[in-house]
Amino acid sequence: MNNGFLILTNGVSAPVADVPVLPMAPFRQMVLDAVLNGGARVAAFFVLPPENGGESRLIAVLAAPQQHQILVASGVIENNCYPAFTTECPAFHWFEREIYEQTGILPQDHPWLKPIRFQPAADGTAPAPGVTDYFQLQGDAAHEVAVGPVHAGVIEPGHFRFQCLGETVHFLEIELGYQHRGLEQLLLNGPVPQTPHWIETAAGDSSIAAATVYQTLIRGLSPDLPPEPESAGIWRAIMLELERIANHTGDLGALAGDVAFLPTASYCGRIRGDYLNLTAMLCGNRFGRSMWTAGGAALPIPASAAAVLRSKMDELRGQLNNALALMFDTPSVLDRLENTGVVTTADAASLGLVGVAARASGLKMDARHDFPLPGIPVLETVPHEPVGDVFARAVIRRQEIAASDRRIMDLLGLIREDLPAAPSVWQVPVLQPDRIAAAVTEGWRGELWQVAVTDANGKFRRFKIVDPSFHNWAGLAMALRGEEISHFPICNKSFNLSYCGHDL
Amino acid sequence: MLKVLQARFRQGFRTGKFPAVPPNLPEHFRGRPEITPDRCSDCRSRICLSACPANAVQMAENGVTIDLGRCLFCGKCAAACESGAIRFTGEYRLGAMKRDSLICRPGAMPEPEQAENPELRRLCGRSLKIRQVSVGGCAACELDFNVLNTLAWDMGRFGIQVAASPRHADCLLITGPVTENMLLALKKTYAAVPRPAFVIACGSCAVSGGIYAGSPVVHNGVEDILPVDLYVPGCPPHPAVLLEALLYLMGRKRGPIA
Ligand code: SF4
Repeated sequence: MNNGFLILTNGVSAPVADVPVLPMAPFRQMVLDAVLNGGARVAAFFVLPPENGGESRLIAVLAAPQQHQILVASGVIENNCYPAFTTECPAFHWFEREIYEQTGILPQDHPWLKPIRFQPAADGTAPAPGVTDYFQLQGDAAHEVAVGPVHAGVIEPGHFRFQCLGETVHFLEIELGYQHRGLEQLLLNGPVPQTPHWIETAAGDSSIAAATVYQTLIRGLSPDLPPEPESAGIWRAIMLELERIANHTGDLGALAGDVAFLPTASYCGRIRGDYLNLTAMLCGNRFGRSMWTAGGAALPIPASAAAVLRSKMDELRGQLNNALALMFDTPSVLDRLENTGVVTTADAASLGLVGVAARASGLKMDARHDFPLPGIPVLETVPHEPVGDVFARAVIRRQEIAASDRRIMDLLGLIREDLPAAPSVWQVPVLQPDRIAAAVTEGWRGELWQVAVTDANGKFRRFKIVDPSFHNWAGLAMALRGEEISHFPICNKSFNLSYCGHDL
Repeated sequence: MLKVLQARFRQGFRTGKFPAVPPNLPEHFRGRPEITPDRCSDCRSRICLSACPANAVQMAENGVTIDLGRCLFCGKCAAACESGAIRFTGEYRLGAMKRDSLICRPGAMPEPEQAENPELRRLCGRSLKIRQVSVGGCAACELDFNVLNTLAWDMGRFGIQVAASPRHADCLLITGPVTENMLLALKKTYAAVPRPAFVIACGSCAVSGGIYAGSPVVHNGVEDILPVDLYVPGCPPHPAVLLEALLYLMGRKRGPIA
């Protein structure tokens, strides 16, 4: 089934000329077949403009988890349009809206072709943010609730339209783009000194995941970089798990807060900060910013830091377990979480959900298991829950906190030597010309992809970031179908998706 | 209920003692940089200028200047500098009411800015209601502002609270470079704040556009759009930096030396 594809592995590059170029019809057939029947899922789907004249191509990057392979192929776009893939497979729907918005290339028969970011079109015309047609429920009793872009809390902007009958939401439509900073555009013709910092701030609560993926990608495109000491990758993996624990802790606390269970909300708010402080202990910044560059670690980490981290983890573990047990042992909390905001396994699979949301809906996937990073132990077990409700998403996070904790302890056991700071952390890496590479790891929300294509000068001709939120906003909308509108906050919190990671 | 009480005892009292004592900053914390004068004079490489991702380093007469309003505190300039002219210190009292106070010049570490906003002090010295607006922020500034609300920092004890509606707010705390797509919403939010309305630019993006300055779909920070009363540098500002800056804005004396 994978015959027609170029096969890559995580962070290993290939000449861009090796990407198969197919006419649109067989390309479409092959890609859809791989996704619908072959167990693959769409990781990235974008347009590669021609370099010197010629036709634009549609590039599909598929994740084939069973084989631990990344499949790449391309189809030639003629007459600025092609038959939409969404009609056969909804997992493409957001990608195709993005393609249309970014390039004007028309996916024909796309059922709901609207902007996703309200970014200026290729011809420079800029649509007003949020101004578009919305799905509407008709009838005397129907009413519409519109929320945002500015919300009532300390949270990023987005616009939500609820179509309701009484208290029941029949349809939620989410329009984003308010955080659009033009990131993919900025990344073109890089790398430049800003590049790693742009990457880290794509979604600032996932900086370590983003830096990890970027690091993997750059190493694939730049084989001359001196090898890192083994412990660099291990410390990076440790920081990735700290990022996961901190965010899951914060979200579980916030979930408790949203159902007015204040003890867990208060304790988790504090404990989340303590985990961030462990990251800061290693690198000076609570979000792990500026620590990982193409050359390696910006600061040295002595081997003795392992013992310190171990004892701090031991200290926090009991406090966190205590705070979480309180919440999960309280029937009034469970009553709010159970059977609320259900996304079925079938819906999750067809929409192409990833990460926590996918695992809570019974889909077993985790990039640490499916696409391990070189030198880092594979994640053996992937927890998943069948029901797909708010409770399942909470339980998955609780399980992942425990698993990350164990993983950190295991990884700390592998630290044998001091990690020196990399020489020349400020230098911009030199990349091979005309290559393509894709890299992925599991951030705390889900899998985070970066795909880069270099030009004849080794500069980025295309740089694609696919944040897990890009797939999962549709899952939140689905979770609200038939749900009471008052359940929106806990549904939303159980996903806690990124606006900026989506908007770029 | 019993479990809740048991947990309460177990979790203990966790609110930090700041500002009575200096904040607990990490060992590698990068605060205000110190620039040794004249070390730059023999340097031809100017490597710090090209190393800086934020365009924060500029040549000056007896060395370089660093604009904290742009700086990410990544430390790359210090790592790149061959003559050791740049050193990041633990000085966390970075918030400033004047934009110029964010420019670090060669020479001994200055005392933190001492300025006053008498109107804000009179109206909000004991109670400051903040409406946060994210206009392209990456969520880090937002999260570390939220942290001040947790019991670790408990900004409520100083009368600082988050307001859900701009109509209930004294000031806006703005994060992000101001995206084109949020410009209208930002202006409308500002218009909804009762006068006098104060503005805090939090993080390098909000102060100057940060690393997003120059993107065709963002504005370069808040400054050209709204009058700014307080600048808080950082990417993101450490919670201690932000809280110290807020208290300073309210008219308290600056925090203790770290
Ligand atoms: S620490 Fe600030 S001034 Fe120095 S290189 Fe980084 S962003 Fe530039």
